[in-house]
Amino acid sequence: MSDLLVYALHYEGAFNKNSLGAVSEAARVASELGGEAHVLVLGDSATDELCAGLGAYGAARVFRCGGPEGLAQPVVDAMAQLFAGGDYGYALFGGGLLGFEIGAGLAARLGAGVAMEVTAVSVEDGKLLAERPILGDSAISVISFRKLGIVIGRLNAFEALERDGAPLPVEELDVSFSDFSTRARMVTRGEQRGEEVDIEGAKVLVAGGRGLGRAEGFELCSELAEALGGSSAVAATRAVVDAGWFPYSGQIGQTGKTVAPKLYVAAGISGAIQHKVGMASSENIVAINKDANAPIFEFSDLGIVGDLNKILPKLSAALRARHTGD
Amino acid sequence: MKICVLVKEVPDAAVRKRIDAGSGRLDRGGERTLNPYDTHAIEAALSIREGGVVEVDEIVAVTMGPQGAVRALHKAVSLGADRSVHLCDEALAGSDVAATGYALAAALEREQPDLVLLGQQSDDGECYTVGAIVADHLRMPSLTQVIRLDVVDGGVRCERQAEYGYDTVEVALPAVVAVGDAINEPRYPSLKAIMGAKKKPLETVGVGDVGIEVARVGGAGSGAVWTAAKEPPRKPAGRMIEDEDTDATVAEIVAWLEERKLI
Ligand SMILES: Cc1cc2nc3c(=O)[nH]c(=O)nc-3n(C[C@H](O)[C@H](O)[C@H](O)COP(=O)(O)OP(=O)(O)OC[C@H]3O[C@@H](n4cnc5c(N)ncnc54)[C@H](O)[C@@H]3O)c2cc1C
Ligand SMILES: Nc1ncnc2c1ncn2[C@@H]1O[C@H](COP(=O)(O)O)[C@@H](O)[C@H]1O
Repeated sequence: MSDLLVYALHYEGAFNKNSLGAVSEAARVASELGGEAHVLVLGDSATDELCAGLGAYGAARVFRCGGPEGLAQPVVDAMAQLFAGGDYGYALFGGGLLGFEIGAGLAARLGAGVAMEVTAVSVEDGKLLAERPILGDSAISVISFRKLGIVIGRLNAFEALERDGAPLPVEELDVSFSDFSTRARMVTRGEQRGEEVDIEGAKVLVAGGRGLGRAEGFELCSELAEALGGSSAVAATRAVVDAGWFPYSGQIGQTGKTVAPKLYVAAGISGAIQHKVGMASSENIVAINKDANAPIFEFSDLGIVGDLNKILPKLSAALRARHTGD
Repeated sequence: MKICVLVKEVPDAAVRKRIDAGSGRLDRGGERTLNPYDTHAIEAALSIREGGVVEVDEIVAVTMGPQGAVRALHKAVSLGADRSVHLCDEALAGSDVAATGYALAAALEREQPDLVLLGQQSDDGECYTVGAIVADHLRMPSLTQVIRLDVVDGGVRCERQAEYGYDTVEVALPAVVAVGDAINEPRYPSLKAIMGAKKKPLETVGVGDVGIEVARVGGAGSGAVWTAAKEPPRKPAGRMIEDEDTDATVAEIVAWLEERKLI
């Protein structure tokens, strides 16, 4: 019961950074439990070389099985099979989306307990404890597990630590998938909606959300970004990307980019956790929201309660006037 | 086609949610309402019915919760569900998300739906996982966070945003699909529908009626155990400005940016 099993998500020749973080964290926890961290990779597009490299993140063994990529249920089958033949007490997932689905399915399959959005894990009396923020991050529940435990990390909660580690031999796993696991079929994967925009390199980001009201609302953000000058760009929340108002490549958050600019300005963004996890490390956070109770004010350095349609144009104008006045 | 929609009663958004310090459970006081994310699942069911690609025989709202949770079912019915099922039993109190999913699956098993729809998250639980748990127990394919759903031959074609962009996945029926809030704009119930909601069939079932093993539910049957509460790290409160005079507000923002050498 002292080993941990991690699922590592890969795409286009690289592992997901959050998966690598989960591997490192599992290795740390396993050493405290006196066990090992093992990794499952699903899909033949993961090369031997790629998989072997997981040793450097602390994995003791790596298993690979063939199967349809990007879907949760085949991974549940593979991990359940490993649990049945191994000495695993816990499974660990990095933040994202697939890990939620796999972890939940695995908990059901194994009769395990599950904790999601976990920000920290520790070991006490030979058992794993998971810290799970709840109610919009207003409190943290410390969760232990009666029998098996499934821990789904929050985005960026676990740091990927690359060390010197010998390349691992890749162990092929033959999995017989459940009938229902193969009844979902990926038609297209990873479609990039909208043009390519670069938000990771910018020192200043003006992010817009549903409060902009419509796609054209983003003009107010572009105007402000331009007026702030330097290396600035416009970014967005999932709500507006899903609505087709802004390109996916400019989305911040759990299923988008992680950014940490010198200045981040939020216009009409509520500050949902899935957005926050992608920008909370920004150096200076300014938020404009008409709702004084919006969660974003809980982690803003400067909060303005008001209508962005009134404030943004005047702010941009004031900044422009300041330039010309110099 | 028969569609079951999972709905939950949650504290109203305006209620400050808090945890009972002794048990780690949510304090159930204050105004309660239908989980807003679930209205998108109901709307998705109605869209399928109105889309005309398949004949929808029945839309059944299903909830698990204490007595008061019937209000969520009334709301679901006023929005367009034909009837509802309330899984209500003392033995279920304190169930964690895995136990809740197991119990809901048992209630659904009895209904034999072709499609189970649910919301992207419960406003209070914020687990994002009930769909995947229910699906594994029902041995059905599933997908969560779906923002477009079209009925195709023998299944549903779903779109959703995942880690690397948008995925399109075809899922054969029967299936479990959790919908994201971008999938539709839920309609408001008509006054007539609100008044009529209490007259639509509502069945209350207990653990015995749907074959739930009591050892697998409730606080004692849950695999995740709340052990303690901890204060989250908080950053110092930021400066707040109420915008009354926008010119003054803007001057304050500019001064703040200057002070921090951001402009
Ligand atoms: C698995 C999963 C993954 C997700 N991934 C992401 C992700 O990567 N990135 C992400 O951003 N979200 C993500 N989300 C969605 C997230 O939970 C929120 O739904 C989303 O961030 C909300 O976007 P928003 O703030 O634009 O919209 P809303 O939450 O609707 O907020 C709009 C805000 O605008 C304010 N407003 C309205 N009008 C005005 C006005 N005139 N002036 C000023 N303020 C105004 C309102 O008060 C409100 O606070 C994810 C969710 C899930 C479940
Ligand atoms: N007790 C419950 N009864 C019925 N449906 C539920 C219950 N809890 C959660 N759900 C459904 O599962 C979805 C996701 O909830 P969660 O996984 O708790 O975030 C919700 O939007 C509901 O549709």
